[in-house]
Amino acid sequence: MKNKLTPIILFIFLTFCFVVFYKGLNNSNTYTPNTNHEKNIPTFKAEDFNSNVYLDSKNIFGEDIYYIVNIWASWCIPCRKEHPLLMELSKNQSIKLIGLNYRDNLKNAKMFIDELGNPYAQTLIDKNGTLSVGFGAYGVPETFIINKNKKIVKKFIGPISKKTLEEIKTITK
Amino acid sequence: MLANQIGYYSLVLGLLFSFLLCTVSIKNFNDNNKKINLNVFTLSFLQLTFVVISFLSLILSFVNSDFSNETVFNNSHTTKPLFYKISGTWGNHEGSLLLWLLVLTLFIFLFLIKSREQPKKYRILTLLFQQLIIIGFFLFVLMTSNPFNYLFPVPNEGLGLNPILQDPALAIHPPILYLGYVGSSIIFSASLAAVTQNYVSKKWGQHIKKWVLISWIFLSIGIMLGSIWAYYELGWGGFWFWDPVENVSLMPWLTLTALLHCIMVLEKRSNLTSWVVILSITTFTLSMCGTFLVRSGILNSVHTFANDPARGIFILIFLFLLIFISLVIFFLFHKENKKNLNNFFWLSKETSILINNWFMMYFLSVVLIGTVYPIFIDVMSAEKISVGPPFYHKLIIPFLVPFLLFMALGPKLKWIKSKIEKKNSLIIFFIISVVLTFFILKNITTDLLFYTILISATLFLFFVTLKDLFIQRFENISQAIAHFGFSLFILAILFNSILSSEIITNIKVGEKYSYSKGEIFFKKIKETKGSNFNSIIGYFKITDENNKVVELNPEIRVYNQPIIITSEADIKTTLLEDKFLVMNFVKGDEYFNIRYQVKPFMIWIWISVLLISLGGLVSLFKNKNEK
Repeated sequence: MKNKLTPIILFIFLTFCFVVFYKGLNNSNTYTPNTNHEKNIPTFKAEDFNSNVYLDSKNIFGEDIYYIVNIWASWCIPCRKEHPLLMELSKNQSIKLIGLNYRDNLKNAKMFIDELGNPYAQTLIDKNGTLSVGFGAYGVPETFIINKNKKIVKKFIGPISKKTLEEIKTITK
Repeated sequence: MLANQIGYYSLVLGLLFSFLLCTVSIKNFNDNNKKINLNVFTLSFLQLTFVVISFLSLILSFVNSDFSNETVFNNSHTTKPLFYKISGTWGNHEGSLLLWLLVLTLFIFLFLIKSREQPKKYRILTLLFQQLIIIGFFLFVLMTSNPFNYLFPVPNEGLGLNPILQDPALAIHPPILYLGYVGSSIIFSASLAAVTQNYVSKKWGQHIKKWVLISWIFLSIGIMLGSIWAYYELGWGGFWFWDPVENVSLMPWLTLTALLHCIMVLEKRSNLTSWVVILSITTFTLSMCGTFLVRSGILNSVHTFANDPARGIFILIFLFLLIFISLVIFFLFHKENKKNLNNFFWLSKETSILINNWFMMYFLSVVLIGTVYPIFIDVMSAEKISVGPPFYHKLIIPFLVPFLLFMALGPKLKWIKSKIEKKNSLIIFFIISVVLTFFILKNITTDLLFYTILISATLFLFFVTLKDLFIQRFENISQAIAHFGFSLFILAILFNSILSSEIITNIKVGEKYSYSKGEIFFKKIKETKGSNFNSIIGYFKITDENNKVVELNPEIRVYNQPIIITSEADIKTTLLEDKFLVMNFVKGDEYFNIRYQVKPFMIWIWISVLLISLGGLVSLFKNKNEK
């Protein structure tokens, strides 16, 4: 009895592992929190990337539209990969892209923007990374969708893909 | 361009040879001939040759910077130094899989010519199982990750290799690691063949032990090289981060180590056969599992580059197919020797090896759970978690104490039955260890009890094995070296973690920074140009409490393709300690952020791993003298 049971249990367990891994593959590296966990955007003051003026978060997210917050850095290789998609997204008039330059060297960051183009309506400097943590980020790149009530409704971990781009577009319509 | 074609068609030919080999050897399996058909050797050799040709043509494409090849385009650049052009061949997904194939075919060929005294049917079955794996990988390479994809129009310049991968230790790390990692495939195939032939015996144990040793040695050194890379290149001042990719190489090492010990029981007492077979299967399965985790992009890690679900699904299905096949074979064919099943006397070498196995299994489960748990949680509850070093430390360190003690005492026991004799020397060593540890640690750590227990256990192993090394002469010398190496390894890590110190500050040129134990003087900076980067070198003079002066010149490199900034730490290594300085830009250019670390006994960590591997090497050549 015992000898027959072992293979069966093992078989069931391995099948379970297979299913989990299989699902894990399709999950890829982006992840979205449950929508009922909508979070308010943090209030903060941050330095502007171009003018070095300190701005208040109320003014940054002042308009009655959808905002997309993208955390990036010049040293982050996946950011380079998602940049063309952000450029495409920036053509969309109904939303505003806010860049958070995460723990970066300003000079490199400017070079990065000069080379690949600037998709951001506004870029803020997040020198020590606290701002990004406030948003609930784990690392770079990450992208947040903020609705008209100034709540974070969706979050993407890792570089955005064509698929997530479509998702962003449908949400912000 | 031509190299591209040659490489691709060699691969296709290699796959054809797999099918040919299978047909010929199945025919050969059923005939009455006592020897293996010569054609089998020829075909296996030809297959190896074509994989080598394919590999060489990829190297050639890299050396010539032939950007009509997509792999070269994605991972190379004309300004890259030649050495890194070559190592770039296996520094990417496609090339590394080609390396897999190379090792797989090389090992089966070597196996065929080195196992002449073994039964014919067993050898042919091993070949067939290995070909199953080889065919799987051929299909994987050709279908999802062809290294010879053609690009048109031909780009003028490549995208470059990630600069953090441009490091000598990392250049040789993959081939060495793969020899161990993929080398375990032969153990897998051979054990399945032996199970079906009911050949898991003393004789088989003696024969397979060499292959286990070879894999184990390469795996140990390969893991060490990866860790050296992390230490020198990542510049975080650590050498092991419990990163999933590191864990994935550690897991087969743990099972292989357990297997190595079990084989000895099999070889001497023809027992523990189930253990041996299961460990052989698990080792290779874990290697495959590692490839799956790293290559599919299912894990978030510094090492994962490819993120292609199609590849992931292929390896996943293939991996589970292999697991199911091997389990079916195991449950259908394996017969445990009922006569002396598990009736070991409690105080014997067999029991101590069994205990070692359970320790290894425990360590393995900790690492395995820590690595795959985040994936499971992610799938079941859509929550992201990451498992960090504290998890591993909390679960592993307490168990090191009994483990170390068993490691010192186990080899002293005799086979079959051992008596408790008065071992004065052991008791004396134990007392010396405890007292010595107490006096060393008294003034340097606050966590006295914890470290005293841990270090006394290590020192005990250290003294016992040291004595063995000098007194026992050649009997069990390999065991003594390896266990001595392990004690040195743990000692180095422990003292390193207790005595390390770190200073972080912002400093500008010409400034002096004084701290409790010395002074850091930032003399000047100099800008230079390398072949594919510009660099800023800082000149620092550091005076320590004994007025000893060290000059350290860390570097910040700005690579041109892709544009990436790396901090090259400057490390001065002596036998007693490493002095480690790394600098980074701070906004405003004038100030630099520096991190200065003193890390004692760093070099002993590498030396001890080499010693452990040396133990394996000695065992490989001194097989006959062991008791």
